[in-house]
Amino acid sequence: MRHVALMANGVRHELEVEPRELLVYVLRERLGLTGTNVGCDTSSCGACTVLVNGEAVKSCTMLGVQADGTEITTIEGLATNGELHAVQQAFHDHHALQCGYCTPGMVLAAVSLIDSGAATDEAAIREGLEGNLCRCTGYHNIVAAVADVAGVA
Amino acid sequence: MAVTETTGTFMGTSVRRKEDAGLLRGRTTFVDNLTLPATVFMAVVRSPYPHARITSVNLDAVRAAEGVVAAFSGADLAQDWTGGLPCAWPVTEDIKMPTHYPLAVDEARFQGDGVAVVVAESRALAKDAAELVEVDYEPLGSTADVEKALEDGAPLVHDDLGTNECYVWKLDSGDVQAAIDAADVVVTRRYFQPRLIPNAIEPRGVLAQVGPTDEVTLWSATQVPHILRFALQLVIGIPESKIRVIAPDVGGGFGSKLNVYAEEALAVTLARRLGRPVKWTEERTENYQATIHGRDVVHELTFAATSDGTITAVKSIAKCAMGAYLQLVTPGIPLLGAWIYSGPYDIPNYSVTFTGVFTHTTPTDAYRGAGRPEATYVIERTMDALARELGVDPIELRRKNFVKEFPHTMASGLTIDAGDYDACLERLLELLDVDAIKADQASRRAGGDAKQIGVGFSTYNEMCGLAPSRILGAIRYAVGGWDAATIRFQPLGSVQVVTGTSPHGQSHETTWAQIVADQLGVSVDEVEVLHGDTAVSQQGMDTYGSRSLTVGGIALYHASQKIVGKARAIVAHQLEVSEDDLEFENGAFAVKGSPDRSMDIKAAAFQAHAAHNLPDGMEPGLEETAVFDPPNFSWPSGAHAAVVEVDTETGDTRLVRYVAVDDVGTPVNPQIIDGQVHGGITQGIAAALYEEGAYDEEGNLLTTTMTTYLVPSAAELPSYETDRIETVADNPLGVKGVGETGTIAAAPAVVNAIVDALSHLGVTDVPIPATPERVWRAIEEVRS
Ligand code: FES
Ligand code: FES
Repeated sequence: MRHVALMANGVRHELEVEPRELLVYVLRERLGLTGTNVGCDTSSCGACTVLVNGEAVKSCTMLGVQADGTEITTIEGLATNGELHAVQQAFHDHHALQCGYCTPGMVLAAVSLIDSGAATDEAAIREGLEGNLCRCTGYHNIVAAVADVAGVA
Repeated sequence: MAVTETTGTFMGTSVRRKEDAGLLRGRTTFVDNLTLPATVFMAVVRSPYPHARITSVNLDAVRAAEGVVAAFSGADLAQDWTGGLPCAWPVTEDIKMPTHYPLAVDEARFQGDGVAVVVAESRALAKDAAELVEVDYEPLGSTADVEKALEDGAPLVHDDLGTNECYVWKLDSGDVQAAIDAADVVVTRRYFQPRLIPNAIEPRGVLAQVGPTDEVTLWSATQVPHILRFALQLVIGIPESKIRVIAPDVGGGFGSKLNVYAEEALAVTLARRLGRPVKWTEERTENYQATIHGRDVVHELTFAATSDGTITAVKSIAKCAMGAYLQLVTPGIPLLGAWIYSGPYDIPNYSVTFTGVFTHTTPTDAYRGAGRPEATYVIERTMDALARELGVDPIELRRKNFVKEFPHTMASGLTIDAGDYDACLERLLELLDVDAIKADQASRRAGGDAKQIGVGFSTYNEMCGLAPSRILGAIRYAVGGWDAATIRFQPLGSVQVVTGTSPHGQSHETTWAQIVADQLGVSVDEVEVLHGDTAVSQQGMDTYGSRSLTVGGIALYHASQKIVGKARAIVAHQLEVSEDDLEFENGAFAVKGSPDRSMDIKAAAFQAHAAHNLPDGMEPGLEETAVFDPPNFSWPSGAHAAVVEVDTETGDTRLVRYVAVDDVGTPVNPQIIDGQVHGGITQGIAAALYEEGAYDEEGNLLTTTMTTYLVPSAAELPSYETDRIETVADNPLGVKGVGETGTIAAAPAVVNAIVDALSHLGVTDVPIPATPERVWRAIEEVRS
């Protein structure tokens, strides 16, 4: 067991984690942040994407112990005072989610993409979201939502 | 179409989804998010062999391992089953139906077949412990090939059946042989449609709790809570009246969760044995082996035509892989396409033959479109082949053969209520600008460019909205195809709708509220839609086959009419007028000619609950249920086109444009329809270009993860151009299904486009998925 201190959605947590425990399970099973989903076992689907120090990371590719000292934002922490983040709002307006299972990861990947300035046009948005799979929407409305927020629609 | 009295304000508008509030904030109830006190975790040990005798299962080490609560072999649990996992569709009288217990007992018949189960205090401990189970296997011969499995001497999946032939099913009408003999042109083509793995991004998961007197609560990532409840009684012997199935938030299904799975029965049985809640979450690799696959069909399709391009006969012969066992509707999947091998065309002579074949593979079953993409693919590819043979434009050939008048009874015997195939195609051509594409193509060909461009079409009709119960009975499906709706006014005027459909991405909480709000003259915000819990929604037939709107949605309409009828009686009684003197509009009943004398429906609801002054004999309350059994299927149709660019040096294909015009009847929520179309198209494109669940000859799955099974990302796809035409379906709302249209239409459009791009080189076919290697080989073959 290793001691880990991290901030999750603005709340400080100190906990003992097994060295092999993946961050996604630390979030889901230890901190009760079940908004972050798991869709694969090969780091392929992106459903588990969260922000670590502001950058999108697939939380199944990172160990809990590696999160020591980091600030993590999960989907539960994205809205402020009940107000949806612009990307969440755009997903709602553009119908960019159906079953919603890919959505937490997709939204956080989009936030990171837009914040990094890389969402410069449709092709860049499509490339930038390559690591996040959605089986429902065909991406059309996801791309439209992200383009809208990025101001490249 | 019946006329409703209320003026609709929500039908046809893109109301934003109610579902999003929780889903966008991560406040979700996916099964894996749920845990109960004292929950234990299940892991399933699966056969690494496609076919093997299980000579021993040693559980000593695992039982002694840290955190292990229990471990069982298939033999240990054999006494728990009152029946095998059910197959509800024995398509012929003499179909071979192997028994399928939740764990294999003496033989494993596909890679991934469960042979033992371990229960431990945590997910990780269960997984670790599963590694300690020692199973001795004696590998046996096996085959994954649907044609080889029928050859003499092929390894049998079920020895006791004496054959791998599960069934032969035929539908004949007219005289196909005479039409072929008399034809000027006969075109026969062979196609293999490989396995597709549905890949709902949420894997399956279950959580089972069983009380001391066998009260079962099962949370499952399922599309079919009602069917599952029914099936559980058959497998575990606990009466349905004690079983509550809850489908909470469910992360996509596409048919893969339209089933009754071993793990559902196992979790319940273990929870019953252990007295603790049992949870299981599927891993993706497990999902690829243990959740059903789609397709895996070899077709030979023949069209007979006169020299002017009139198609006189269609004949289809198909061998359809069942996999190792029959899951819920495995044998019936081909039949869902059986009536539409004439496509949107008027073809008088008709013959369809399916042979169901056991192979040592994961069972097949419903995957988006189920039977109809299979049929549409071979029809639309062969339309292009026939056009080439006749030397006519493929668009002209389609137009010439389109059904023009509706209702239209097809040679297969079913009747299409409404459509306008020409209008769909015309609108598509307006959006597409074929001349510009053909000019580009001509200049690239003239220039000998490495990158060639092509355009391909797919005009389709489909049969969905499952289904009229009498027809289901006639084709040997075990249960009905109706659905139920209850509408309940609460005393203070809010409305609860209980539906028997079970959405998992389809947006029923929003669209059902739109339908009901319009009928009752209330706001969408005042209507709460409840679903997916058999304790709340006690009857229903769930969500699949694009049935929810045309069956469950029409049930809502009828329940609304009953509500309005009862409210009208209350208002008439209290205002002391006759019911005929009342007009109902915008949620209020007014006396004709004296609009100041009125009562709104919410006031009537309060009166119904107060019951101080109701007509004699009327029961208090304002709650009505309707069960609707559709008289016909639903018949969406459309015209789709794909434009591709093919690199003739590498075989790499890029989809440049995709244009779709669909007729899905009167729209309820255009934005949600578009979403269904986008998602459906994407799965069809994926089948054409990327996805294949590949086995080696023996039945070892080669595509075991998302790194080798290529679910496309946003980067591989373009944005889509979509539009609709509307013909009014023969039901009170004029609506048609939409969930599967895109998947049915897209694959042949894409492959026809690839062939068009390469036709000047002499390429006439490319196997799917049309990977760069396959396209390159197709080019090389005609070059050499
Ligand atoms: S769970 Fe699929 S990438 Fe992390
Ligand atoms: S919305 Fe269902 S997987 Fe993306």
